[in-house]
Amino acid sequence: MKILVCISKTPDTTAKIAFSDNNTKFAEAGVQWIINPYDEWYALVRAIELKEADPSTVLHLVNVGGADSEPIIRKALALGGDEAIRVNSDNADSFNIASQIAAIAKDGAYDLIFTGKETIDYNGSSIGGMVAELLDLPYISHAVKFDLEGGKAVVVREIEGGEETDKAALPLVVSCQKGMAEQRIPNMKGIMGARTKPLKVTEPVAAETLTAVASFDLPPAKAGVKLVPADNPEELVRLLHEEARVI
Amino acid sequence: MSTTTSTTANLLKGGEWLIKESSAFDTYTPEDFNEEQKMVKEMCLQFLNSEVLPVIDRIDKMEEGLMPSLMVKAGEQGLLGASIPEELNGLGKDFITSTLVNEGLGGGYSFSVAVAAHTGIGTLPILYFGTEEQKQKYIPKLATGEWKGAYGLTEPNSGSDALGAKSTAVLSEDGKHYILNGQKCWITNGGFADVYTVFAKVDGDKFTGFIVERGFEGFTQGPEEHKMGIKGSSTVQLYFQDCKVPVENLLGEVGKGHIIAFNILNIGRLKLCAAALGGAKMALTTTVEYANTREQFKTAIANFGAIKHKLAEGAIRIWVGESALYRTSKWIDDKEVELQAAGKPFNEALLGAAEEFAIECAILKVDGSEVLDFIVDEGVQIHGGNGFSDEYMISRAYRDSRINRIYEGTNEINRLLTVDMMLKRAMKGKLDLMGPAMKVSKELMSIPDFGSEDEGAFAAELKTIVNMKKAILMTAGAAVQKLMMSLSNEQEILMNIADMAIQVFHAESALLRVMKLAYKGEEAVSIQIDIMRCYLNDAVDKVNKAGKEAINAFADGDEQRMMLLGLKRFTKAAPFNSKDARRRIADKLIAENKYFL
Repeated sequence: MKILVCISKTPDTTAKIAFSDNNTKFAEAGVQWIINPYDEWYALVRAIELKEADPSTVLHLVNVGGADSEPIIRKALALGGDEAIRVNSDNADSFNIASQIAAIAKDGAYDLIFTGKETIDYNGSSIGGMVAELLDLPYISHAVKFDLEGGKAVVVREIEGGEETDKAALPLVVSCQKGMAEQRIPNMKGIMGARTKPLKVTEPVAAETLTAVASFDLPPAKAGVKLVPADNPEELVRLLHEEARVI
Repeated sequence: MSTTTSTTANLLKGGEWLIKESSAFDTYTPEDFNEEQKMVKEMCLQFLNSEVLPVIDRIDKMEEGLMPSLMVKAGEQGLLGASIPEELNGLGKDFITSTLVNEGLGGGYSFSVAVAAHTGIGTLPILYFGTEEQKQKYIPKLATGEWKGAYGLTEPNSGSDALGAKSTAVLSEDGKHYILNGQKCWITNGGFADVYTVFAKVDGDKFTGFIVERGFEGFTQGPEEHKMGIKGSSTVQLYFQDCKVPVENLLGEVGKGHIIAFNILNIGRLKLCAAALGGAKMALTTTVEYANTREQFKTAIANFGAIKHKLAEGAIRIWVGESALYRTSKWIDDKEVELQAAGKPFNEALLGAAEEFAIECAILKVDGSEVLDFIVDEGVQIHGGNGFSDEYMISRAYRDSRINRIYEGTNEINRLLTVDMMLKRAMKGKLDLMGPAMKVSKELMSIPDFGSEDEGAFAAELKTIVNMKKAILMTAGAAVQKLMMSLSNEQEILMNIADMAIQVFHAESALLRVMKLAYKGEEAVSIQIDIMRCYLNDAVDKVNKAGKEAINAFADGDEQRMMLLGLKRFTKAAPFNSKDARRRIADKLIAENKYFL
């Protein structure tokens, strides 16, 4: 069994969000980077669990990003995985990124490709589906549970108001979310081992870029709380009706 | 075991920073941590956030079995074995990495204390002084946390005066056991530890170490102490009543217990500084967050200058303390490598390295514990009435901080040691204090140097450091000459000199770090420069005050006048607007909503 886990670099959840270049670029100065939590906590940890259950499993990680992605790739390797591949590209277009991953996946002949359900910065939710399409493989999104039974995948996914259980043959692409696994902390041995695991860098393949960001906007500042005196219920009703428009 | 390559050619000896100039380029700084070290530190914080802090109330209530189980988890994580060689189930990491573990776990309140005691005084005596059999028997289990370690040195009537212990050990008639009698107190982890390093006097006068296991006949323990802080840390008394300790559990040599007791403390002092700074960073972040959300007079209190001053001062002291801590850690790391290369075995190499920098370890212990105390005290102040409530974490941080100025040698003992060790080294010819001191006293008689100013970057600051060192050499040199043997009875003067040394060592460490950052062309180091200048600006005044107190205490007449003039000259600094600098530091803390450096 060969598993490929897609690892993306995202800003820490507490990072200050600001934009530069006329609101077309994310201002990266001083930002702390983390592994996209959906990639780390669910996709990667579940893949590690599968490898723990079957030690013959080969687990590779792939990242599409610049050299500044390497600390988070090393951290992913500290958690688990045999080797990582970084496609040296700063392209932020989902189709281009998916094309890079598909090229790596094709070469590696993987049985399973895991992604997070989305990244916490661009929230595109599109990589898994695009990779599956480019490789002509089945795709199951938003998985909360993944098991292998007799060489087939049994995947539970969340749907409105309940759950759906799917079965699929391998090879397969799955996007993962909360429920797949529990967050892990790399241990000292893992951290020490990460340094010597292979981290291969490859140049991107030629691929189209289909989208570009025209501009970013911050959400409008939240209005302050209005305090209505207790002896003026009429004013409260008026505000709820005319301003908040909830009644 | 260092994973970092280094040249030892420029390695200063312990205390030599006082008489020699250090190069910024050769100075190790936290910016030099490698990727692995950064990951280790981050992992420690993750461990605290996911495993320890969510149950901190239960830890403080001493929930049965909770602390030992967390230590087992820490062991699985590899956090207990960083400084233990791989062949004994440890991870064999370099000294800087193991120090980073102490710092990383420093914000864990009582848990941090339990781990530090276990990995330090609970494990190291056996690791460094044990026989091969003793190491094989105990260390692998201590490395994983299967067994917990503790250390029994203090007795009801011998604390700082450790060698005044009353506990006795007598060899049994059949020669198979030592029979221990006595009592030990304030034993951290005592309530659940499996293995204890205990000191007693063989035949009434030979101070000796022993490894005692829980369950040895005649060994019992008292109830948990009710303490002001670190309430979740187990602290009990140990009783030995004709306790039978097998002769093979003698640790080191009979009569050589003091070597174990004191050598282990050097490392412990540096590690205490690391843990204190880790705790200080967390307490400052908690306080910044509070100041940003608490509104009074229709604005966040973080916007008030009085609060900004306190927040900035906290960041200044942490950053400067950290600069001194890792500068020293690297010296120890390098010295360890040097000694191992010279054929010393692993244990002698690290102990020798720590002993070489024992002065700096004492300085770090004092400063680290006082930085933490300052930050938690002002943290409570900024929290106002809420800070006095158990509902807020800062209240726990305040209570838990206080012990740090007491254990691992009180700060008074460590101040005395700082000067005492310097003078002893000078007398042994290891540290040439007299030559430079004579030079300074000659300079006093000559025309003052009005020297050209501002040659190159940081020239003024470098000169201030050189001058402050002269102030120390002048004061200490004259005190030794004048008081000779009676100086040891003038503890007030020794405290003054220690305070001067602490200030200068830290100020210099901060300046070197800033210079290294600037040389590297790092962007946005203006905050670090502000930090260094604020510290230096205060250090000059503190050195002046301590120097004046000392000089006035032992000198008189013309000599006194001349020295006071010299002191004034050596502690001269250009006017500096520290208010604006602190505001810039505080504004950045407020914008980041945390200690961010």
